[in-house]
Amino acid sequence: MLHHIVLTLWALLVILPLLWTVYTSFKTSREILTDPFGLPEHMQWSNYSRAWQEAKIGEYFLNTVIVVGAGLVIVMLLGAMCAYVLARFRFPGNRIIYFGMVAGLTFPIFLAVVPLFFVLKNMGLLDGRMGLVGVIMAYVAFALPFTVFFLHSFFAGLPDEISEAAAIDGAGDFRTFFQVMLPMAKPGLASVAIFNFLGMWNQYLLPLVLNTERSNYVLAQGLVNLQAQQGYQVDWGGMFASVVITVIPVLIIYVIFQRQLQGGVGPSADK
Amino acid sequence: MTVSGVDVGVHEAAAPTPVVVRRRRRVPTPQRMLFFLIFLGLPLVVYLMFVVSPFLQSFYYSLTDWTGLSPSMEFIGIENYLRIFDDAVFWKSLRNNLVLLITLPTITIILAFALAVMVTIGGSTHGGVRGVRGAGFYRVVSFFPYAIPAVITGILFNFIYHPGGGLLNGFLNLLRAPLNGVRGLFGADPLNDIGTAWLGDQRFALAAVGFAIIWTFVGFYMVLFVAGIKSIPQEVLEAARIDGAGRFRSAVQIAAPMVRDNISTALVYMGIFALDAFTFVSVMTPNGGTDNSTKVVSLHLYQTAFRDGRFGEASAMGVIMAVVTMLVAVLVIGLGRSRKDKR
Repeated sequence: MLHHIVLTLWALLVILPLLWTVYTSFKTSREILTDPFGLPEHMQWSNYSRAWQEAKIGEYFLNTVIVVGAGLVIVMLLGAMCAYVLARFRFPGNRIIYFGMVAGLTFPIFLAVVPLFFVLKNMGLLDGRMGLVGVIMAYVAFALPFTVFFLHSFFAGLPDEISEAAAIDGAGDFRTFFQVMLPMAKPGLASVAIFNFLGMWNQYLLPLVLNTERSNYVLAQGLVNLQAQQGYQVDWGGMFASVVITVIPVLIIYVIFQRQLQGGVGPSADK
Repeated sequence: MTVSGVDVGVHEAAAPTPVVVRRRRRVPTPQRMLFFLIFLGLPLVVYLMFVVSPFLQSFYYSLTDWTGLSPSMEFIGIENYLRIFDDAVFWKSLRNNLVLLITLPTITIILAFALAVMVTIGGSTHGGVRGVRGAGFYRVVSFFPYAIPAVITGILFNFIYHPGGGLLNGFLNLLRAPLNGVRGLFGADPLNDIGTAWLGDQRFALAAVGFAIIWTFVGFYMVLFVAGIKSIPQEVLEAARIDGAGRFRSAVQIAAPMVRDNISTALVYMGIFALDAFTFVSVMTPNGGTDNSTKVVSLHLYQTAFRDGRFGEASAMGVIMAVVTMLVAVLVIGLGRSRKDKR
């Protein structure tokens, strides 16, 4: 019985702030300030159109989708390739490269972010619309250690017989990887991809420093900016609506894919 | 940098002894060389260029007086480090980081573990060992906060803590029904002490930020622990029950040791996070709070670099934090190891 009470309290603690945000997003700023709990008198759909158009949430949303989408595809590909080679081939330097990669997990990003800014700038990857490319590369590079670390154990755990059979059938290294090993690592790829997605969608420091062009802003920057800019004449309704617009897609994606996560946070848990 | 990355690929391909395909060939085929070049070379180039090289550069910058704007810089040795040593704000920030380092992992992991135990082995005491009813629901819901971008969580909690229309003050005011009517329009009315600006008040600000962080991470680690506990063989838990172990004892004496690796991973990650905490702190208290009550080193570093234009000094702070972070990681992993060996 006690368990149910504790769990229910916890669930309420998670859900109530979210529900409150959703229905508050339909209130006028005045209603929000005078009566934080009251339901909206009239549904203020205009909060949403203001958020989408004037606050440019739509634009930031598109930028975020581009950056996270491209970053995710590239890091999964590069990470899987690297993890595969390190896990399935023995050669001098293998361990050194592997540990060098994994050590990256403990590097604090904020230490690297200043020089990184100039590395990308000197390559011309931060100018204008190209800025998004620089941000994508930074996302990819900083997600690599995690990706390699987790996919390494997946590839190492795949049975030898299958790749041997593929070799006997005359499949080269490339075909063995893309047509045999990659499909077999799907469960691992899926959970790592979800974590990378969340990590990239979450990213704040990297875009804050690297992504200085306003038209390139991602959602996180846009929202913080919106909040800071408005100061005391806050368009509370629009703010809440912006938050809802940002949160809902992620929650929907999570609910759809959550099955992939339940067993597979770590690779060992999958067995 | 590009060249060296590619070099590694070529060099390593020189003598591959594939584990999988037991061909014992000294000279690799051109196809295999190309394979290594692309598969290993490409990721390594990206990693070396955008992660390793900036890190190494920042060690060098920490010994210069670089402003970030001027292309020229002087090598000034350890002067930056000495200046940081005398910087009261740095120490205050570090102190806040250490407070977070001790409190966040402890509270988050204990809560996450308790919830994980409840949904996995907290169920009926009759029949097999299982979780409570609706376990799946709790698990899915608990993960919600982690799926919300940290910036949004920060903004969300800004709303919740807002002195005027915030959820927390609103809730407290509901509790104090008699005072409810007295409440002024903006809650700043001196007659009403419930309209606290939680993030503006030195006494509460750091705890308020910490609570938002805990709210975010508990569900994530709960899912991690659930997976760990589920991999414990049923027989072990059932044997314990037959031996008369209650659910609490089962949790502490059987489940906890068996998910020790998960717990130590969680400690390392949470610890690393507590030493950073940039996103939450900078969104919730952009200037580090009243009298730097919530300032952490990452925010101080960011301001030193980008607001004050002292990139050299900021890099030195980064180096110090990197060392602290590594020490914490090594310490936690080492402690986990030695305990395991004793077992």
